[in-house]
Amino acid sequence: MNGAEVKPGGATPADVRPVALAPGVRFGRVSFVWRPWMVCVTLLLGAATFLVFCLSIGVGDFPIGLPQVVATILGRGEQVDEFVIMDLRMPRALIGVVVGVALGVAGAITQSVARNPLASPDILGITGGAGAVAVFLVTVTGGTTAAVVNSVGLSGAALAGGLGTGLLVYFLAWRRGVDGFRLILIGISVSAVMEAITTWLLVQADIRDVARAQAWLIGSLDNRSWDDIRVALWCTLVLVAVVAGAAFQFKPLHLGDEVAAGLGVRYTRVRAVLLLCGVLLAGVAVSAAGPVPFVALVAPQVAMRLVRCPTPPMVASGMVGALLLTGADLVARTALPITLPVGVVTAVIGGPFLVYLLVRANVR
Amino acid sequence: MGTIAVELPVPKGTTGLRRRRVVGSLALLLTLLAAVVVSLAVGARGLGPAEVWHGLTAPPDTDRRLTEIRLIVQTVRVPRTVLAVVAGVALGVGGALIQGYTRNPIADTGLLGVNSGASFAVVAVIAVFGFDDPFQYVWFAFLGAAVAGVVVFGLASIGRGAGNPLTLALAGQGVTVFLAAVTTAVALSDQASLNALRFWNAGSVAGVGYGVIWPVSAFIAAGLVLALATLPALNLLNLGEDVARGLGVNIAVSRTVGIVAITLLAGAATAACGPIAFLGLMVAHVARHLTGPDYRWLVPYAGLLGAIVLLVCDIAGRLLVRPGELDAGVVVALLGAPFFAVLVWRGKFKNA
Repeated sequence: MNGAEVKPGGATPADVRPVALAPGVRFGRVSFVWRPWMVCVTLLLGAATFLVFCLSIGVGDFPIGLPQVVATILGRGEQVDEFVIMDLRMPRALIGVVVGVALGVAGAITQSVARNPLASPDILGITGGAGAVAVFLVTVTGGTTAAVVNSVGLSGAALAGGLGTGLLVYFLAWRRGVDGFRLILIGISVSAVMEAITTWLLVQADIRDVARAQAWLIGSLDNRSWDDIRVALWCTLVLVAVVAGAAFQFKPLHLGDEVAAGLGVRYTRVRAVLLLCGVLLAGVAVSAAGPVPFVALVAPQVAMRLVRCPTPPMVASGMVGALLLTGADLVARTALPITLPVGVVTAVIGGPFLVYLLVRANVR
Repeated sequence: MGTIAVELPVPKGTTGLRRRRVVGSLALLLTLLAAVVVSLAVGARGLGPAEVWHGLTAPPDTDRRLTEIRLIVQTVRVPRTVLAVVAGVALGVGGALIQGYTRNPIADTGLLGVNSGASFAVVAVIAVFGFDDPFQYVWFAFLGAAVAGVVVFGLASIGRGAGNPLTLALAGQGVTVFLAAVTTAVALSDQASLNALRFWNAGSVAGVGYGVIWPVSAFIAAGLVLALATLPALNLLNLGEDVARGLGVNIAVSRTVGIVAITLLAGAATAACGPIAFLGLMVAHVARHLTGPDYRWLVPYAGLLGAIVLLVCDIAGRLLVRPGELDAGVVVALLGAPFFAVLVWRGKFKNA
């Protein structure tokens, strides 16, 4: 578990368990390895996420107890609770889960493809591009058209910006195939350009717009309605389904391109499809909540350790992401007298986690 | 006794290389001089050579027009130019040193976390004490930069990962994002901090007076002296630690001196100008291309190149978006990032 050394998904050989011990399961053409531990952990993570989700819904100016929250979600609550929960608090909590899953899966994909634990969408420039486009919209169009921009335009533009930057990084890093190390370095440089543009836009802008842009830039779940989350929800569901389908083809890629080709995997295509899904997921997440830092980087690494898997597991990473983001949002709203943007909390957790990974990898 | 004159075989390339290095450094000095002159002349109001000369030398007199020129030159253009040169030298030398000490071609002074440390300190003291003069918060920026730099360097040199290029990047990234988040949290709750932060963050050499420039220059001078003193040891270190130890280098001492020098240089430059990314990285690579791997030449070259690039970027920023201005830090990033990408593409960085 290893931040510093570059190995597939950050694993050391000692972590790779002998595959022969795990029994296989086959349904027609689809086969996979039955790992009870992985299933248990993933289910537990799901349960924990649901618990935090309900707690988060219950907290607020009008506190609601956990039993009532669960009852209302199951459709048997009281009228008052139902209004507060379903109309006011549910969208915010739900978008936390959706964005968390999207970031977790996106991180698992990018870390697997680049074979490097550093390769999160933050570092590949996707969030930077989305941020630059969004800030451009907020600051240049100014307060007058802000209402229009606020509803759909900002999210759409951020998504386009993230996707465009992701594609740019991918093509710039292409040189007879994509190498993970080159992908990261190109990502860093493209991110820097986007940050320079963002900085300049912020210098030019009116201070009120700057505050708005700054709050968006760190990542926040404030003031969400059902309209905001519909797009993000459906996009995430579809993309995760595609990823789940492609993941069967993906596993052998960890054995190296030659071996994968020998096993009948068209690796360039599988990698491109997965990477595209990862970029889109990250873009959806950023457009919904802003560039929440570190979730995409931390979630796959935590999931790997919990599941005891040598490579970032897709499903578990998504669950960890959801738990992390929902929990962070709960902390962001309750820890201090003022409400912080959720991104502040994830960064405060994520920075030390990264340092911990590093120190542990180094002293071992 | 007939003596046989033995001519020692002088390696053919050596004298040529030496001459090329000397000529090259003279050429760089001339370029820097030219850039300084242009920097004094170019701006919102263009000045001719005669006017610049007048502005520099004229005593306070009664002619209103001349007084105005004197004002522009002496209180705006000269400090700005001096700061660009001083900070450019510091960042260039710092970049070359950090690449030497970490043996990491991706290393940049920004990577050490100095930028985020300085931003955090600036925002924190503005929020707490309500400072609004750069002269007041530059000290805290310096302190923040130094502390962050030492922490990142310390984290990156624990255990056996110390030699790995990605270790420093990871440590820097971890500390940077953590500090950036806290900085944002403070800035969002305090509008004065937010306002100061966004200007400081862009990386600019404009608008800082002598009250800041002199003390910062003193720190940078100290850093330069340390840097020059450590160069022979740095050359030996790059032959490998075992070789260096065998040749009598005290590795711990030399590393410590190097880190102190880097922190002084990068911290002071960042405190005065804000974060300027890629400059050190960029000029260190160009310098290595020009001089070869000998750090006694590489480091001074990097310093000169740093001053030239920062000054030229500042001038370009004044001309590109008239009547507005692009901050030097933004221009450097727009120039440096593609440069970096080309280096990556040509396979200059190897995965360890």
